[in-house]
Amino acid sequence: MPVTSDFATLQAEAKASWQALIDSPTPHILIGTATCGKVSGAMSVYDAILAALERLGIKATVTQVGCFGMCYAEPTMDIVLPGLPRVSYGFMTPEKAGRIIEDFIINGNPRPDLALCTIGPGLIEGITPFDEMPMLKDQHRIALRNGGHINPLRISHYIARGGYAGLYRALSSMTPQEVIDEVSKSGLRGRGGAGFATGQKWQFCRNAQGSPKYMICNADEGDPGAFMDRSILEGDPHSVIEGLIIAAYAIGASEGFIYVRAEYPLAVSTVRHAVEQARERGFLGTNIMGSGFDFDVRIKEGAGAFVCGEETALMASIEGRRGMPRSRPPFPAQSGLWGKPTTINNVKTLAMVSYILAEGAYRFAGLGTDKSQGTCVFALAGNINHMGLIEVPMGTPLDDVIFKIGGGIPRGRKLKAVQIGGPSGGCLPADLSATGLDYESLIKSGAIMGSGGLIVMDEGNCMVDVARYFLSFIQAESCGKCTPCRLGTKQMLDILTRITKGEGKSEDIPALEELAKQIKVSSLCALGGTSPNPVLTTLKYFRDEYEAHINEKRCPAGVCKTLIKYAIVNDKCNGCRLCEKACPAKAITFVGKRKPVILDETLCNRCGICRDVCKLDAVAVK
Amino acid sequence: MPDDVTQTHFDIDAVLGGFGRDRANLIPVLQAVQQHIGYLSVDAVSSVAEYLGLSETTVHSVASFYTQFKFKPSGKNVIKVCRGTACHVGGGERILAEIERQLGIKPGETTPDLQFTIDTVACIGACALSPVVIVNENIHGRASVNKILEAVAEKKDVAYCRCP
Repeated sequence: MPVTSDFATLQAEAKASWQALIDSPTPHILIGTATCGKVSGAMSVYDAILAALERLGIKATVTQVGCFGMCYAEPTMDIVLPGLPRVSYGFMTPEKAGRIIEDFIINGNPRPDLALCTIGPGLIEGITPFDEMPMLKDQHRIALRNGGHINPLRISHYIARGGYAGLYRALSSMTPQEVIDEVSKSGLRGRGGAGFATGQKWQFCRNAQGSPKYMICNADEGDPGAFMDRSILEGDPHSVIEGLIIAAYAIGASEGFIYVRAEYPLAVSTVRHAVEQARERGFLGTNIMGSGFDFDVRIKEGAGAFVCGEETALMASIEGRRGMPRSRPPFPAQSGLWGKPTTINNVKTLAMVSYILAEGAYRFAGLGTDKSQGTCVFALAGNINHMGLIEVPMGTPLDDVIFKIGGGIPRGRKLKAVQIGGPSGGCLPADLSATGLDYESLIKSGAIMGSGGLIVMDEGNCMVDVARYFLSFIQAESCGKCTPCRLGTKQMLDILTRITKGEGKSEDIPALEELAKQIKVSSLCALGGTSPNPVLTTLKYFRDEYEAHINEKRCPAGVCKTLIKYAIVNDKCNGCRLCEKACPAKAITFVGKRKPVILDETLCNRCGICRDVCKLDAVAVK
Repeated sequence: MPDDVTQTHFDIDAVLGGFGRDRANLIPVLQAVQQHIGYLSVDAVSSVAEYLGLSETTVHSVASFYTQFKFKPSGKNVIKVCRGTACHVGGGERILAEIERQLGIKPGETTPDLQFTIDTVACIGACALSPVVIVNENIHGRASVNKILEAVAEKKDVAYCRCP
């Protein structure tokens, strides 16, 4: 088909201006200002950078970029000087930022003592190159390919790094069917959690009768512990928009939606901006790239309902109704939004689609395992040293992720469990940490990939409490339409709450198992159907903890408030007053220097803050 | 009650006017109204119903489904505790319990003097900085009970993020 657009010119211009930025004789300073960066103080660092440049009379370009994924080191600041690789600095404070600018730009000292790594060709003595960073060297970045590299508000940055080339390829040289075949060949499966073959999903919708057809991006990332979609939308929104346009072309949709959580205000505004830019450049609208294909997209903000991540609920919400799921079939591919054929894909899936079309299916299919191809993105959080976002080939052992990439467990504690897949997932015990991170291996272990949240837990976590936490989440988020989910999870939560209060009975465990079985088979949607997973996996792998709570009225991990007491270990306490200052209940009394403090059990509300602040390990849990 | 929280004197037609009279706009319309007056007053719900040609019951039933919508004005200071998994592991629940204890209210409630509202948010996606608490517009990462209570007591802006 004839494509008269001058995409090649646009691309050449973008690449030239990108190269000019890289080769520029002016210093270039980059600062990560995604939500995680901002929460840890990036904006005050940004102000300090501007102030330092002014004070020192330096002319420099300052660019706000998204997140590299090294969230533990936020806020980060990178400096690029002519002829040198980009140097990345972590744990920035306004003072440090000013000092580094002066030392590096004025005095030529790159401050290896404060640097995290160098990025790009060239070496600086004493600084680890990016690809050799423990957190980064085993990663393979596809969905996260641009985060931290580009200014998300500049479409030309995305184009310069290969963006919209996949769309150009699709529109200029492929039929919609060829696009579907290419995606099928890549082996891409939906990264929202269920892992359904993307090509097949598109094919169903392409074959469906009815018009118009709709293409939706599900950016309603509600899983607690998952933040990859937020990070991609904030750091590289065009990769998602490009994937969405490609998908729309493949299925024959002329209208699309991006349904994004309102809890992510920065992601919402970044995507809005990106959509406008894409429209201005003619990537959205009528006759895209001169191909005759028309497609435009609207952004819908969610309104705070976890269940809206489920596709039928999400569509109900777009239609202006309560976000309740309905039974399937009919599947959205036949009868979706307003009864028309609809495809819904996750943010990561779409970010990978744009890569697959640009780079070819085999580049993607060559990664991962036989049945789970490509890469998967995980959010590492909890008790782990390198918290942040990572992307690894499917099948990478959990061990590698936790200990190599994640840097292991802080404070020399032992790994106890990994919670994977959000509230619908499961808790894997430490001895299963050789499990490969792919759809099949995870299902075998009783967990699921889910959206990719990985919460690492050390010995200080009570697994009964964790199960209770997830059930309380599900209970609060159940839409209430079907009885098993509405009342079944409530019953499970009541039992779990009783157990954590030391009021468990011997028949509780069989009751939980029976409820779990029934809820699994009879719930309307995946939220209910998978809700017993945290209970089932903790019962499977940590049954002794349940038994200790029920039979011995004891919480082995020292978490469940009613079953524990705090006490000061007199031999270890030197009366430093840290705990006394931190105690919100005023239950700790200072006696005198080098004397143990006194903890009044009747005032103590067992918040555990004293134990957190004590540097001498002098607070014990009984 | 102080004027500023019950202030509903704004041109509701001006807010609604930007939207088509289409059911699909119900949620965006409610979001726009809430952005203006801080909550969905009875008047606002009926204006929206009239504008979109829906019954008030329909509007209310949709609005009440979503946690974002409030039907009562919030206190001057809104403290939102993130209830995500990472925040749970990092001690978010303890922070919430302590704030509840100090203010004598539960999540979703406002103190009688209308100074404080406590709320929870499912997960704001800043898990690497857990536990996270949002005091008004300011997001506090690596929060502690004392830091939050201090911020609340002094009503000072100690955090850095002002989300748009």
